[in-house]
Amino acid sequence: MTNKNLLSGNEAIARGAYEAGVKVGVGYPGTPSTEILENFTKYEDVVTEWSVNEKVAMEVGLGSALAGKRTLVTMKHVGLNVAADPLFTASYIGANAGMVVVVADDPDLHSSQNEQDSRHYARAAKVPMLEPSDSQEAKEFVRYACELSEGFDTPIFLRSVTRISHSKTVVAFEPKLNYEHDKGFEKENIKKHVMIPAFARQRHFVVEDRMKALEEFSNRIEINRIEKGKGEIAFVTAGLCYNYVKEVFPEADIFKIGMVYPLPMRNLLEFCKGYEKVYVVEELDPFIEDQLKARGANNIVGKEILPVTGEYSPELIYTAITGNKFKGMEVGIKPFARPPMLCPGCPHAQTFNAMNKLGLTVSGDIGCYTLGTLPPYSAMHACVDMGASIPFAQGIELAQGSEFKYDVVAVIGDSTFAHSGITGLINAAYNKRRILVIVLDNSTTAMTGMQPNPFNGSTITGEETVVIDYQKLAEAIGIKKDNFRTVTAYKEEIISETIQELLAKKELCLMVVTGPCLIYKRKKEKNNG
Amino acid sequence: MDKIKNILMVGVGGQGIITASDILSEAALLDGHDVKKSEIHGMSQRGGSVFAHIRYGKKVYSPTIKTGEADVLLSLELIETVRWLSYANEKTKVILSETKIQPQTVKEYPESVIDSLTKKFKDFYLVNPIEINKQNGSHKVLNTTLLGVLSNLLEISDKSWEKAMENLVPKGTYESNLSAFSLGKKLFS
Repeated sequence: MTNKNLLSGNEAIARGAYEAGVKVGVGYPGTPSTEILENFTKYEDVVTEWSVNEKVAMEVGLGSALAGKRTLVTMKHVGLNVAADPLFTASYIGANAGMVVVVADDPDLHSSQNEQDSRHYARAAKVPMLEPSDSQEAKEFVRYACELSEGFDTPIFLRSVTRISHSKTVVAFEPKLNYEHDKGFEKENIKKHVMIPAFARQRHFVVEDRMKALEEFSNRIEINRIEKGKGEIAFVTAGLCYNYVKEVFPEADIFKIGMVYPLPMRNLLEFCKGYEKVYVVEELDPFIEDQLKARGANNIVGKEILPVTGEYSPELIYTAITGNKFKGMEVGIKPFARPPMLCPGCPHAQTFNAMNKLGLTVSGDIGCYTLGTLPPYSAMHACVDMGASIPFAQGIELAQGSEFKYDVVAVIGDSTFAHSGITGLINAAYNKRRILVIVLDNSTTAMTGMQPNPFNGSTITGEETVVIDYQKLAEAIGIKKDNFRTVTAYKEEIISETIQELLAKKELCLMVVTGPCLIYKRKKEKNNG
Repeated sequence: MDKIKNILMVGVGGQGIITASDILSEAALLDGHDVKKSEIHGMSQRGGSVFAHIRYGKKVYSPTIKTGEADVLLSLELIETVRWLSYANEKTKVILSETKIQPQTVKEYPESVIDSLTKKFKDFYLVNPIEINKQNGSHKVLNTTLLGVLSNLLEISDKSWEKAMENLVPKGTYESNLSAFSLGKKLFS
C-alpha cells in the first residue's frame, strides 16, 4: 500500500493538526475555511466546537493553548477582522502549548464580501505566519507551526487561499504524534496573562524581541529556501504562486518563502543582489514587495506588472513577464451569466417577495439570503458584514430623524443573528430605535454547508444542546411582548400582513420567519431513516 | 510520461462534477501519477457554474490548467461548454452531454451551440442524456457514463477506475455506477 492520498488543503490542515497531536479545534464556518474543522472533528480523541463567532473562537483557543493543549483556530479572512481584538493581545500573552490560527483568504471573491489580504494582520499584530504551496505542505506546516508557537511562545498563523483550501494534491500520512505538553495553565503567571497596562507594557518588549529573534531565525529554516535553476530569471514568491511560477518558468531561480512573516530579510536581500531584476509574485497586496523595497532592494518588479485584484494563474504571470499570450478557443456565442440564486423552493423567497411588493428599504446581512438582492426578488439594498443589518438600519433611522418613514427593515439569518446580530438588537432596544428586525430562521448555517448553530439545538458533533428562545430573548432585552411575532415562511400574505402590522407600531419590533432549509431538511431525513 | 494530462470538467451545481472529478483524480493517483485537482464550489450549490481542473503526470505544479491547454473538456451542460472554451484548442477532445439548464432569469437559450462546437472540434463525443438515463435506468449516473467515455481517451487502467469508483461513490451504488461506466466505454467504440 503506497502512502499517497489526495487531500484538499483543508483536509490536509485537519490531518496535520491530528498528526501534530492537536487536541482542541475551534472556529466559525466561512468559505473557504469551513471544511478544516468539519474534517478535524472526525478524528479520535479531539475536542471541537463551532463557536458563535470568530472572536469567541480566538478567545476559546487562547484559553485552551494557555491551559496546555495544542489548539487549532479556523476562520475565513473576514472572520479574522471579528477576531482581531483578542488577536492583538494574544500576541502579547503568548501561547504555552501550540496555538495555530488558520486564516483562509478568498482572492477573486468566490464567496466573500471583500478581497482583503490577511498577511497584513501578521505584521500588525506581530504574529508569525506560514503559507503552504499545496496540501502536503499544508499538513506539514501545521506541525511545524505548533513547534514554532511553543518555541517562540506566540500564536502563529497558517494562511491559506481558496485555491489551496479547495484544491486536492497528494499527501503522505504520518502517524499521530504522542504529544504531551508539560505545563498546564499557570495561574500565578499574572504578569503574562493579565494585560493591565503595567504588565502589557513589559510584554510589548518581549514581543519586539521575539519578532527580531524570529526574523533572524527565518533566515535559517528550510521552508524559506532558494531553488537554483539556470539563473536566467529570478523570482521571490510564496504559497500557491510558487507552483504557478514553477509551471511557466520551470528553470528559474526561485526564492520560495514558507514563512511570509517575518520575512527572511537578510537572505532575501542577498538573493536580490545577485540579479539585475527580481520578480516578486504574490496575489493581492504587495506585502513582500513593499518590505523588500523598504529595506533597500531597488531591482524588484512586482505590482507594476501584476494585478492587486483577483486570482493569479500561470498564464497571467507568464504574459505579464514575457508579453506572450496564451490562446484559447471561442465560437462567437456569448454564454448567459449563471448567478447563484436562492434554491428553487427556498421557503424564505416568500419574505423577499413580500418586502419587494411593499417597497421597503431592506438592510441585509451575510448568508444565502443575500441572494435576495438579485432579481427576481430585488429586495435588499445594503449588505456589509456579519451582523451589520440591524445597526445599519438604525443608522438610516438616526440620519433621517423626523423624516423617518417607518419603512426600514433589517433582515438577518439565524446563524448570523447568533454570530453578532444580537448585539445590534440590544443596541436598538437600548437606544429606543424604531426599526423592524426580521430573522429568517432556516434552522442551519446553510451557505457554508449546514453547520449547526445556537438556534438549532445541536453542536458540531451532533450532540443535543440548548436552543435560544427568540421570544424570551426579545423580552429580556426590552422589546415589548406585543412587538414580537413568529410566522412560518410559507404564506406570503401572512408575512406581508405581519410586516405591515409591526411597521405600523412605530417601535422596535422583532419578527421571526421560520422555514427549514430544504437541503438541510433532506439531509436530516436521510440521516434519520 | 513527461507530458501532463489536462482534463477540464464543467457543469452546473448538482450535476455531479465534483464526484466525477474526484473519481478521475483518484484513478490517476492509483495508477501512480502525481495529481492535482482544483475546483470552485461555495456559491455553486445555488445553481452557479461548477468546474474542476484535473492534471496528472510525473510532476504537476499548477493545480489549474492554462488557457488553451485542456486535452479533454468534459461538459455536462451545453452553455457551460461555451463558457470554458478558452481552456480548449482545436485538438481538445470534447465530451458533451446535450443537457440544457436554463435559469429562471434567462429568457432565451442560445441556439445552434452544438453546430458551432462540432465545426471547431474534430474529436467530439456528443451524448444524449435522455437516451443514456433510459439505458442506465436512472438519471443519477450520467456523470459516470461520461467518465466511461473519457476512460477511452486516457491511459488509466480499468482496475484503477473501478477501485476509484468503489472508494468514492455513495454506499450501495457501486454496481449501478460500474454498469453506467461500462455503458460509456462502449458508447463510441
